Amino acid sequence: MPAEHQLMSADDMRRVVSRIAHQILERNQGAANLVLVGLQRRGVPLADRIAAAIAGFEGTAVPVGALDINLYRDDLTSHPQPLVRPTELPVSVDGRVVVLVDDVFYTGRTARAALNALMDLGRPEQVQLAVMVDRGHRELPIRADYVGKNVPTSLTQEIQVRVSEFDEKEEVVLVEHERKVLT
Amino acid sequence: MSTGAPTLPTGMPADALGHRRHILDLDDFTRTELAGVLTTAQSMRQVLSRDIKKVPSLRGKVVVTLFLEASTRTRVSFEQAGKMLSADVINISGSGSSAEKGESLLNTALTLQAMHADLLIIRSPHSGAPYFLARNLPRTGVVNAGDGRHAHPTQALLDLLTMRDHLGELAGRKIVIVGDVLHSRVARSDIHGLGLEEAQVVLSGPPTLLPPSWAALPAHVSVEPDLDAAVEGADVVMALRIQKERMEGGMLPSMREYSRRWGVTEQRMGRANPGALLMHPGPMNEGLEIASSLAHGARAQIEDQVTNGVAVRMAVLYQLLTGTTNGVNA
Repeated sequence: MPAEHQLMSADDMRRVVSRIAHQILERNQGAANLVLVGLQRRGVPLADRIAAAIAGFEGTAVPVGALDINLYRDDLTSHPQPLVRPTELPVSVDGRVVVLVDDVFYTGRTARAALNALMDLGRPEQVQLAVMVDRGHRELPIRADYVGKNVPTSLTQEIQVRVSEFDEKEEVVLVEHERKVLT
Repeated sequence: MSTGAPTLPTGMPADALGHRRHILDLDDFTRTELAGVLTTAQSMRQVLSRDIKKVPSLRGKVVVTLFLEASTRTRVSFEQAGKMLSADVINISGSGSSAEKGESLLNTALTLQAMHADLLIIRSPHSGAPYFLARNLPRTGVVNAGDGRHAHPTQALLDLLTMRDHLGELAGRKIVIVGDVLHSRVARSDIHGLGLEEAQVVLSGPPTLLPPSWAALPAHVSVEPDLDAAVEGADVVMALRIQKERMEGGMLPSMREYSRRWGVTEQRMGRANPGALLMHPGPMNEGLEIASSLAHGARAQIEDQVTNGVAVRMAVLYQLLTGTTNGVNA
């Protein structure tokens, strides 16, 4: 078992979700034209949590969708084959402000693929990016609009955002590996 | 929100098919691998329903369809599947190609491999032709799109996807396949796939067109020449196409007699379970093996089968041409 230590507890994550929900509302002056789109797989429950927080603050039900970016990856022939999960948007993204939600922001390649995937589905008025953890090491000129926690990392470390839907426990951990891991 | 609550098992290894270069039949599939293809096909079906029906996954890959036998839906659906994944698709048919000048199948295939085709999709009247190519092409993957009387794996995949959409888990379900089972590659591949799903298969039709050695059938398959009895309590009734030339060969009674005894009719479907599905791999002889009123009725899945055909072929192309160990022109 590689060594790991906790960066955020379930309570920390809940507070971060509340803050990001407030920041999204502040920046967009309300929730009227928003749609939250979680990136498969762990971005989806995080988007659900942000939507629930917004509903609590504003009484507005923001539509939540799921986007799978695997068909848009740039490493499909140099990487183990990913399982393609469903893409489902409850509303058209045309003319809306889309907030992409993901768990870990790393090279920026997932966000790049998500932008291409989104553009094939319509023409949003604006696209913003919310992430639970920004671990640095960007390889593309892309930044996040909302960041839960900035964590400086080395390439042999891995950040895991765990959510109750898929994992035993809700937390964010840093895992130490012997060598660089593909994520 | 719902993320589509997949009806198929998930959590399979992400590269469960990554080792595979060829799809020749379903007899070498595991349950996990089958579930992986069907789950991927469900996601692919969503791409089909978009305004922009194209994703960039197979950009720069070359897929060649080599059809040495007539086909509309299989060839077009492989072509559409490849194009929606951004592969370059080249279609070759027997007539108009060097096959007409007497070039051997192997030389045609080696020529295509030399042109850096990543995947060769072959339909052949000769059972075993795709296996022969798979053994002799070191760099190009092979997909069997129907070989003689032997196998048609992508048809079986689309049949399984269609059944699972409506019935969920297929374990213990009763699937009746009626018609010329003896010459049917569709029936053979369906039997393999349904075996993996642990469904029960009942074969029906004129005794001359049923497997001769019943004892050699797998445990999940039984034979009941009387269609009325076979359909009793069925969850799926699948009619196969009757080839009129079989009648001339004396293997079949007259068309009238066939239709009376083995045609799928309203009255016969009434013996099946409520909500039972009616399927047909196409092309149909309406009024012979299937009543017209049924073929376009509420229980018929025939158009869904065609749509699912594109989705499973997208899944197959994706599984064979992506991943680290696909072994084609890498």
